[in-house]
Amino acid sequence: MSFLILEGVSKYYGDFGALIDMNLQVERGEFISLLGPSGCGKTTTLQAIAGLLDVTRGRIQLDGRDITHLPVNRRGLGIVFQSYALFPHMTVAQNVSFGLEMRKLPKHERDERIAQMLKLVHLDSMAERYPRELSGGQRQRVAIARALVISPPVLLLDEPLSNLDAKLREEMQFELRRIQRKVGTTTIMVTHDQAEALSISDRVVVMEAGRATQVDVPYRLYEHPKTEFISGFVGKTNLLPGRVARSGGACEVVLAQGQRVVVNGGEFADGAAVTVCLRPEKLFFTEVRTETRADALEGRISERFFLGSQWLYRVSTALGELEVSCANDGSAPREEQSTVHLAWAQDVARLVAPKAAA
Amino acid sequence: MSTASNAPSRWAPLLLSLPSLALFSLMVLLPLALTALLSFQQYDADLGVKGGFTFASYAHVLGDSYYYEIFFRTGWVAALTTLLCVLIGAPEAYILSRMGSPWRSIFLLVILSPLLVSLVVRAFGWSLLLGPNGIVNQVFGWLGIGPVRMLYTPIAVVIAMVHVMLPFMVVPVWTSLQRLDPMVENAALSLNASRFTVLRRIVLPQITPGLLSGSLIVFGLSVSVFAIPGLLGGRRLKMVATVIYDEYLHELNWPLGAAVALVLLLSNLVVMLTYNAMLESAYKKRMG
Repeated sequence: MSFLILEGVSKYYGDFGALIDMNLQVERGEFISLLGPSGCGKTTTLQAIAGLLDVTRGRIQLDGRDITHLPVNRRGLGIVFQSYALFPHMTVAQNVSFGLEMRKLPKHERDERIAQMLKLVHLDSMAERYPRELSGGQRQRVAIARALVISPPVLLLDEPLSNLDAKLREEMQFELRRIQRKVGTTTIMVTHDQAEALSISDRVVVMEAGRATQVDVPYRLYEHPKTEFISGFVGKTNLLPGRVARSGGACEVVLAQGQRVVVNGGEFADGAAVTVCLRPEKLFFTEVRTETRADALEGRISERFFLGSQWLYRVSTALGELEVSCANDGSAPREEQSTVHLAWAQDVARLVAPKAAA
Repeated sequence: MSTASNAPSRWAPLLLSLPSLALFSLMVLLPLALTALLSFQQYDADLGVKGGFTFASYAHVLGDSYYYEIFFRTGWVAALTTLLCVLIGAPEAYILSRMGSPWRSIFLLVILSPLLVSLVVRAFGWSLLLGPNGIVNQVFGWLGIGPVRMLYTPIAVVIAMVHVMLPFMVVPVWTSLQRLDPMVENAALSLNASRFTVLRRIVLPQITPGLLSGSLIVFGLSVSVFAIPGLLGGRRLKMVATVIYDEYLHELNWPLGAAVALVLLLSNLVVMLTYNAMLESAYKKRMG
């Protein structure tokens, strides 16, 4: 049996479903991200697990125990809030100590664990500082230390990195993962940043309008998105609407302008409306139209952007504007307005149901 | 024209604050200085104020246990009022800060309403309620408690003062509560703290600056309030403000009235500064 189980958890405000029928099983030690745009129900899910709100329906089980109606101060979970919510009138050490005092640990044991925890988050020299004397990244680490020092069965992180600047955010991502690996605490993180979710979690739960639409490991989520929304939200993608002409192992799809493309897999019936998803980095330029590249597509580069490690091209084709990204391998980039041919391997295109039907 | 002319001249701050400085000097400093001068003038029971320079009035105030009694009474009534305002005002402000949208504004108005009614009218209102045949004593009568003498005792004065001063406590505390991150309370709860512990160890220390400034305002005003002790304390229960009034208007001993007023001002200042220094030093480091 899984460590943390959410069974049909729902939260309604009047008729509005902030969270609808959420099912999730989390294994011990796993790092799970709840990913979605704002208002998708990811924070509601976190608050339901934390006990900060009463769920309308459903059951939450932790280690075989039903905690659905347990008040927040009896659940014993570690929570890191988006605003960090440090106690402003207490020093770093006092902040970390608070949870241990509530558990009535003797002083020497408390001091030992505070020192240990501050060392883990690299704040041992800051113990006597007040939160207002710390930088954003340091405050965030105090919040993590305060939540972890009580050895909680589950650590809940509510957009922990959203208040940090880009460089620090990247550093803290790996720092967070390092700490989590070291203490092995089951962790659930809410984020709206897909790169963050992909890079540090074991599994990602994509949420949309109060529902979980896909729960998968990051690689599969990126390579096999279940819906058009996920395909667009997780990474960049080119979406081409079409209709299935011939189903089977290699499915033939007729696109809007009558072009035919062949896509592997897909459980769609003949005539079904579908969307073909093509990641920009899976498209490549090919010089000539050859027999093996029968599907090569002619286009003109309308814009190009330099992103450092790669070039991003916008190419106007008969299928519409496509984004193509190429690694910056040091060779000369293609010029704007030049004519190019695009191709892709048959097995990199994905079929999903179009948005309206989903 | 040189570009330097765009920079504010060093006289600009002074010039800009001159109107308010002039007003403040004219309305506050000048009368205060005149009162101080007056307190050193001689007084004769037959001839009135005679001018000259003497410490006689101060010697009279500081040498008579009658005045000590009045100063002491004024002090403890103001202190008790302040204490009650803290005990009632702090929870009131906390509840107010937790209220939902329409109720919060309604109740804030209710709390501020005493300020909308004239002090004299309110004092008369309390004298009707607390009098021997007032509503409070009628209720006591039904409960079998004999008529309690409240009017013209410190009880009536304290009750009415708390009613008047409460807004001056609620508003600063409420303001400091507004600055609290509500998630901080949730953070403490998530660390297994009980509701009471959250209030005591998380909320209370953070609203201490509000309580401190509220107490200073309430105490300062309570010490010098005149209408309430005048109307609810009666002729016999004297407070400093009523004594000053009597010296000026009944005894016509203006130098003595001025001396009492200045002693009140100085002792009030000493109490407030000591209190501020004591509590602020304890919280300065924490709250920054």
